[in-house]
Parts: sequence; structure tokens; C-alpha cells
Amino acid sequence: MDIKLQQVGFSYAAGTPFEKRALYEVDFKIPTGTYQAIIGHTGSGKSTVLQHFNALLKPTVGEVAIGEFNIKASEKKPKNIKEMRQHVGIVFQFPEHQLFEETVLKDIMFGPINFGVGEDEAKRRAEQLIEQVGLPTSILNKSPFDLSGGQMRRVAIAGVLAMKPDVIVLDEPTAGLDPKGQKEMMDMFYRLHKEEGLTTILVTHSMEDAARYADDIIIMHDGTNVLQGEPRQIFADHLALKKYRLEPPRIVRFQEKVEQLLGKALPKVCLTEEELAQTIADVLKERAGIDG
Amino acid sequence: MDKIIFGRFMPGDTYVHKMDPRAKLIFTFLFIFIVFLANNWLTYSILIGLTLFVMLLSRIKPIYLINGLKPVIFLLIFTFFLHLFFTKEGDLLFEWGILQIYEGGLRQGIYISIRFAVLVIMTSFLTLTTSPIAITDGIEILLNPLKKIKVPVHELALMMSISLRFIPTLMDETDKIMKAQMARGSDLTTGPIKERIKAVVPLLVPLFVSAFKRAEDLATAMEVRGYRGGEGRTRYRQLAWRTRDTMAILFLLLVAGVLVYYRGM
Repeated sequence: MDIKLQQVGFSYAAGTPFEKRALYEVDFKIPTGTYQAIIGHTGSGKSTVLQHFNALLKPTVGEVAIGEFNIKASEKKPKNIKEMRQHVGIVFQFPEHQLFEETVLKDIMFGPINFGVGEDEAKRRAEQLIEQVGLPTSILNKSPFDLSGGQMRRVAIAGVLAMKPDVIVLDEPTAGLDPKGQKEMMDMFYRLHKEEGLTTILVTHSMEDAARYADDIIIMHDGTNVLQGEPRQIFADHLALKKYRLEPPRIVRFQEKVEQLLGKALPKVCLTEEELAQTIADVLKERAGIDG
Repeated sequence: MDKIIFGRFMPGDTYVHKMDPRAKLIFTFLFIFIVFLANNWLTYSILIGLTLFVMLLSRIKPIYLINGLKPVIFLLIFTFFLHLFFTKEGDLLFEWGILQIYEGGLRQGIYISIRFAVLVIMTSFLTLTTSPIAITDGIEILLNPLKKIKVPVHELALMMSISLRFIPTLMDETDKIMKAQMARGSDLTTGPIKERIKAVVPLLVPLFVSAFKRAEDLATAMEVRGYRGGEGRTRYRQLAWRTRDTMAILFLLLVAGVLVYYRGM
């Protein structure tokens, strides 16, 4: 499902004295199967854009295309919204706040049943997903309110994945988790992205996550998309990052220090610790080879 | 939900904005009685004039007031027609089957509608030009004498300011949870009524859970900061009664005098 935003603008409380422009001329395309990061400073419009991927907000101008579904600003009541929502799962910030059922099982089944999946199939999916998100099946019969915060979040995520969406949108999925939990969570999404062939859209202000996982990065600034490109290219452009009040990931900053020490630039911008270590090792080996 | 204007605060720097909240509360309270003094075209015109005068003085755009009237417009029209059809006074103006409209009915209908609209608009001025905190402070001080008869005035005022403070938070929360459940295919806006009522559960349960959690957190936060109720508590925001407040009240009393003089004429 390709996602395409064409000249999208959005105002909150449009047509009232409290009208507030949130998006201007947002225009980008996310091809199927991409792991897309959307980064930006607080108030840049990230969260508003995210709600357009699922027709939770209707653009005030422009057009949003999700696969073959179209949401146009000119249409008063777009058709097939429910059908479209089935294809796009959104994991909101603090998704554990959406839990409400008596048992974990019922809560995970809520989404699929709303979209007309049979009880048996929904149950089967719940049993399968609870393991995929790293929880024991015994948890299915517990009340979601008896779980720990981290477990609740995993249950909520299972509830979104149970709809079997083609596109999954993540809004700061690791907010409020401890570092270990953050890494586990992000690795889990990456695994799902690969295994299920999902299109993943990660809305975040963690440059580290964007660098490590994303195929492509879009930078939002003051309500519009200002830059799009591969992580290496984006994070090499310090001037642009600074202009949009973003900092390069820690690893990129570290690489600069290393380059200063070595007195030469490394052959590429590294995005993970492992990659950087390997590159430095290669450079040092090469140098040793020449000297020796 | 963004469209509810009634009860919103529009910051500003006008005569009305600068008035002491106590003065505004007393003004509004007195006005509610004064409205009932009007009983003919002249006195009702004076009421409308007074409302327009306050509007100009507070520089609140008429659009806000019209929006503020929207939630009660049905009630307004209903009362108008009730009077129009059921007050049988004066000359018969119109007859169609059992439907009879008298001159007195039409007049009463218009009077009552004006009275109603003017009341709603005046009270909107109070909330539009005074921050919720200031209103609560004003109420607390005005009610202070009731402490003598063991009315927990401070606690009531605290409850009020906490609820006011959390209205926007709860609205945001509702919006967020609603969207999360809509993304999971729950449908609150279409479908048969039975389904729609069922769709409220996934919204209300999380909302209550978070509201209770918030209340608990707030109580803890207040306790660790040593909150012990109103006894001996000083204020950060001091209210100051100025000449403009006395002037406003006197002006209103003057208008009341004029109304008394001209009513029944």
C-alpha cells in the first residue's frame, strides 16, 4: 500500500474563531514495504500528519491516498473509511491507555471483531500475537489492568497488530520505557516489519531509532515536510539538521570525534555502534597495513 | 468539541477584563434580577443596549456570542413558540384551524426570547473575560461569610478549580482514546443506535481509569507539597477592588433605577 500525501493542509477547529493551522502543503510518498521514519521538533506537525494515515483527520486542503483509497478535502464524507482503517494500524503514544476489556484476550480480539473477523479466527490471532509481542499465553485470561505498564503496552500493540494491517504507524512507541525495554520494543517492531512485510511508519524524536531502523527519513518542520532522504544522507547534513532544531544521533556525533582523533574522515556515515566499530577497525587495519 | 464557546476564556486587556472577578460576579448576579424588571419595549431596548455596551467595552467579537448562543438556540426557539401559541392576550392576529396567534403572545414570545438571550450573553461575558482561576477566587471570597455556618467554602472552591483545570485535559484524553478506538474499527458516529451505545464502553472505561489515576496522582502531589486545606493559607493572586469595579456596579444600579422608572409605562 503506497501512501501518498498531495499538498495536504490541515487546520484544527476550521471555520471557528479558534482555527489553528497545523499543516501546510505536506507532500510526500511512502512506497510499500518501507520503514519510514518521520522526525521533527516538538510542534512540527508529526502527530497531525500521523492521524491522516488513517482518516482520523480529514485534510482541509489536498489529498491523501492510502493504496487505492482516497481522502480528498473536497469530499464531505469520504467512503470506505472503515475498510481503509483495517489496512492501517496505529499504535498511539501510550497505547496502554486504550485498553478497556475484562481480559487481555477480549481486548486483543476487539479490533478484528470490529472489522468482521470471526470469533475463532480472532482468538487464534490473539494467541499467536501474544507470543509475538513477547508475553506468555497465560496472560490472555488476566485483566489488562492487573499487568505492569510494559506488559500493558505490549498487549495494546498486539491489539493493533491483530487487525492484520498492511501499514503500521508508530507514534513514539518507546516513550516512558526503560532503555532495555525500548530496545526490545524497537527490535520487535523491526522483526515484525521484516517478517510480515509491513510498511512501517515511525514517528519519533529519537534520532537514534531513526538512524538504526529506518530506510528513509522525512523531516517535518513548522507544519510541513522539509527534507526527505536516506539516513546517512540526512544525518551527514549538519547544517540542515541544525536549521530544523534537530541533533544528529549520538553515534554520528561520536564518529566526528573519532574522525578528529584519526585526522581523517571515515569512508561513510555510520548509523549503529556495530557499524562504526567495524569501520574504525577496517580503517585502523588498513593504516597498520600501510605502515607495516 | 472544539466548537463549544460557552465557558471559554478569551484573554484581553479591556475595562471588562481588568475588572475584579468579585465585581463581575456581583454584576452578573444583579443583572440576572434586573433582567426581570423589564416589561415593555423601552425597557427591553435598554437591556439590549446594556448588553451591546458591555460587548463593545470588552471587545468580544459578536461571532463568539452567536456561537455561545448555539447550544441554547433550541430552547430559545421552543420558549418563543410556547409563548406564541399559548398566551392568549390582546388582539387576534392570525388563525388557522386550532392555531391562534394573539398579539400578546407574539409580544411575550419576543420578550422572553430577548430576556433569555441577554441572560446567556451576559453570563458568557463573565466566563469570556475572566480566567477560571479568577472566577473561583472571586467565588471563594464572596462566599467566605458562609464559613461561619460551617460551609466548607475553601474545599468547594478547590474542587471547582480542580474540575475547571481538568476539563481541557479530559477533553484531550477523550479525543485521544476515541481516535485510538476508531483506529481499531470501533464506530461512534454511524450505525444503529444500539451499536453506538455499545461503542461508548471502550471510550468510557479507559477514560474513567485515567481520571481516577490522575486524581490519585494529584492528591499525592498535593500532599507531598504539604497541602493541608485552607486554614491560614495565603494567596499568590491578590484580588484588588478598584474604582472601576465600584463604577460598574453603580452604573448597573443606575440602569436598574431607570428600568424601574420606565417599566409599566
